[in-house]
Formats: sequence, structure tokens, C-alpha cells
Amino acid sequence: MTLNLYFDYVIFPILTVTVILVFIRLFKGPELVDRVVALDLLITIGIALITVYSIRSAEAIFLDVAMIFALIAFLGTIAFSFYLDKQEKK
Amino acid sequence: MRSAILQTASRYLLPILLLFSVFLLLRGHYYPGGGFVGGLVASIAFVLHSFAHGTVNTMKVLRYKPLTLIPIGLGIASLAMFMPVFFGLPVMTGLWLDEPIPVIGMLGSALLFDIGVYLVVIGVVLTILFTISLHTH
Repeated sequence: MTLNLYFDYVIFPILTVTVILVFIRLFKGPELVDRVVALDLLITIGIALITVYSIRSAEAIFLDVAMIFALIAFLGTIAFSFYLDKQEKK
Repeated sequence: MRSAILQTASRYLLPILLLFSVFLLLRGHYYPGGGFVGGLVASIAFVLHSFAHGTVNTMKVLRYKPLTLIPIGLGIASLAMFMPVFFGLPVMTGLWLDEPIPVIGMLGSALLFDIGVYLVVIGVVLTILFTISLHTH
């Protein structure tokens, strides 16, 4: 089994199933906090997909995209918690 | 929100992210990147700082109002646009130096235009976000 076949038949299906499961949590999520965590996890899985695809297609440039994506996800989660914190104090 | 972890992290992340944004700006000719993405990363650095330390303190770090960056950036970009006219060429023709400069690579008027875009993006994003966060208190 080559590395590319391993990516195609094991890693990508696992990540796809994970995206679906996390999306169910994002859709159902009883609390707003659950949705924030689900969104953060969704972006983290996106970073994993980009990284695996970058290894599979041997393009190091895609890693920069994943880096900026991680940065924006971090900022988004902080912004969510910042405004949730502000909302609870009122 | 006062978090010691976030405050310490943002103090070290601000210069690193600004360095990364300059790297993206200079790399824009040959690879993904350029003025717009570089400006966005630089403004993300300041927004992260403002979440950790409060918007008022970030304004002190910046010293000038972000609104003043917009005319400066537009001026630099239009200078890069109309520079070829003085050499008898049509507007927006790319002018390039003959010899590549080490580290930066080939230098031309496209880089000047990108620096203009970079400053305009920082000015616009920071003006919008600081106005929102100052008026929601």
C-alpha cells in the first residue's frame, strides 16, 4: 500500500466522517458554547485536510494557507468568547 | 476580559505576526500572498492585541489613528500607478529594476502598489473593528 492510497482510502474518509459528526453537533448544539467549540473543531479539521492534501500533492505552499486559516480560527474563537463573556456580565 | 495567558501570548505574537505579514507582502509576486493578505494578517495582529489589552491600549501602541493610513496608502498606490507616465509609458505599466536585489528579489513599481494596498487594508480593517468595539462598551 503506497502512501497516496493510504491517504485516499483511510485518512480522507475518516476526516470526512469527522466533519459530518461535528456538523451535527454544530446544527443541534443545545448551548451557544457547544456551537462555538464545534465551529473551532470544524476549522481544525479543515486545517488537517489541507495539510494531508499538501503532503499528497507535494506542494509546500498549501501549508501557508493552513497557517493563516489556523490564525483566523484562533482569533474567531477568542472573539466569540470575548463577546460571550461580555454578554453574561450584562 | 483580562486573561494573563492571552496578554502574554499577544505581546509576543504581535511582532511575529507583523514580520509574517511583511514576508507575505514581499513574497506576493511569485507565490500566494501580496498586499491584501499581508494587510489582513497585520490587522489581525492588532485586533488580537486589542482583545487581550483593550482597544484603548492598542490605540496607544499604534500612536496614530488607523484612519490616517488610508490616504497614505492611496497616495503610494496612485504614485505607483502614475509613475510610468513620467517615462512616457501608458498608466499602470510595470517598471522594473534591471538587477535583482538580494533577499527581496526583483524590485518594481508593482511592489510600491502592493505596499499601498497593504496600508489601505490595515487602515480600513482597524478603523471598522475599533469603531465597533469602542461603541459596544
